[in-house]
Amino acid sequence: MRAFAILLRRDLAILLPGGARGSAFLPLIFFLLVAVLFPFAVGPEPILLARTGGGVLWVAALLASILPLDRLVAADREAGVFDQLRLRGISEEVAMTARLIAHWLSFGPLILIATLPAAALLSLTGQTFWRLLASLLAGTPGLAAIGLMTAALLASLRGGTALAGLMLAPLAVPLVIFGAGHLARDDISGALFAGAFSLVLCAIAPFAAAAAIRAARD
Amino acid sequence: MQARLSARDLACRRGERLLFRKLTLDLGPGDMLHVRGPNGVGKTSLMRILAGLARPFAGEVERHGEVGLVDGRHALDLDRELGDTMNFWARLDGAAHLDQSMERLAVDALADIPTGYLSTGQKQRAVIARLLLRRRAIWLLDEPFAGLDTASQALLADLITEHCGNGGLCLYVSHQPVDLPASVLDLADYAA
Repeated sequence: MRAFAILLRRDLAILLPGGARGSAFLPLIFFLLVAVLFPFAVGPEPILLARTGGGVLWVAALLASILPLDRLVAADREAGVFDQLRLRGISEEVAMTARLIAHWLSFGPLILIATLPAAALLSLTGQTFWRLLASLLAGTPGLAAIGLMTAALLASLRGGTALAGLMLAPLAVPLVIFGAGHLARDDISGALFAGAFSLVLCAIAPFAAAAAIRAARD
Repeated sequence: MQARLSARDLACRRGERLLFRKLTLDLGPGDMLHVRGPNGVGKTSLMRILAGLARPFAGEVERHGEVGLVDGRHALDLDRELGDTMNFWARLDGAAHLDQSMERLAVDALADIPTGYLSTGQKQRAVIARLLLRRRAIWLLDEPFAGLDTASQALLADLITEHCGNGGLCLYVSHQPVDLPASVLDLADYAA
């Protein structure tokens, strides 16, 4: 537990905005950029924007979550951090659990906050805004989990991150269907499904990512 | 603490190629072993197998005591200050004497410099300082002298002597002749 806290502290110091790797604002900027550009592309008609905006923001959140995957696991693998942790009796699962939490904290809350200006740009109604917020809150941990697994799998491949988007997107389809589907319907079952899916992914991710790191070691 | 590292009938395969086989060694407290051999003979693989980070193709390894590994990869956060990244390892190791270790390797003055700006030798000294954070019975050092200046090389030789004098054991890979009373293992003798 003590080791976990130490690992989490390091991961946060590296990944959070203002942290060492300094790319934490990229997903936020990307997300807002989509919200700014979309009305230019489809025209400023508020009814059309309000109807499609929520879904667009969901897809923007998904794509934004791909941006930090670049160095999420690969840098530590190259530097031999996981080997040194293993020699200290700290399993890859523990390291990946800390990494998952830090990864979500590095982009999830920022995107949730950015949903407010983005919703305004896309003329979303108050109700749609709250639903979008709820479904993003439920779904982004799942995006983080898929991202971590993808990053760990591709960490040993040269230029593997280019593949990250291709690998992540299909896995995230259920999250998008339930998360964005929730926006049009008058009950919260969609967000609940997205949340449930997120929980399952978060439970699997540390083990899958750890297995990927170990497999790449031999 | 009884340091012990023994390996029986080790064989190592990389891809389709068998690198070495029938390697047996047995090291106890105070033992020093200099592993050498031409490039690609499997020295680094041997270190990783002995550390338990890779599985041998055949044979067994037995370890008594904690392993400290210094290999070509520094495991330091290049984008953070050296002091911060060393502090992380010190906390994991439960070490209270980070300052002394860093002072001993003369990297204490570099604490507030981003690690990425340090030279290879400076990083290597930091890695050795990390090795000292905790009493580790088994030292596995892969090319520990590479990149070090003469004074640091002499210091590392002293540290190895000290470590083995205190009942530890040390196995190091080096292409350079090192002034240490170590027995020598030429891995080429076991090449398949």
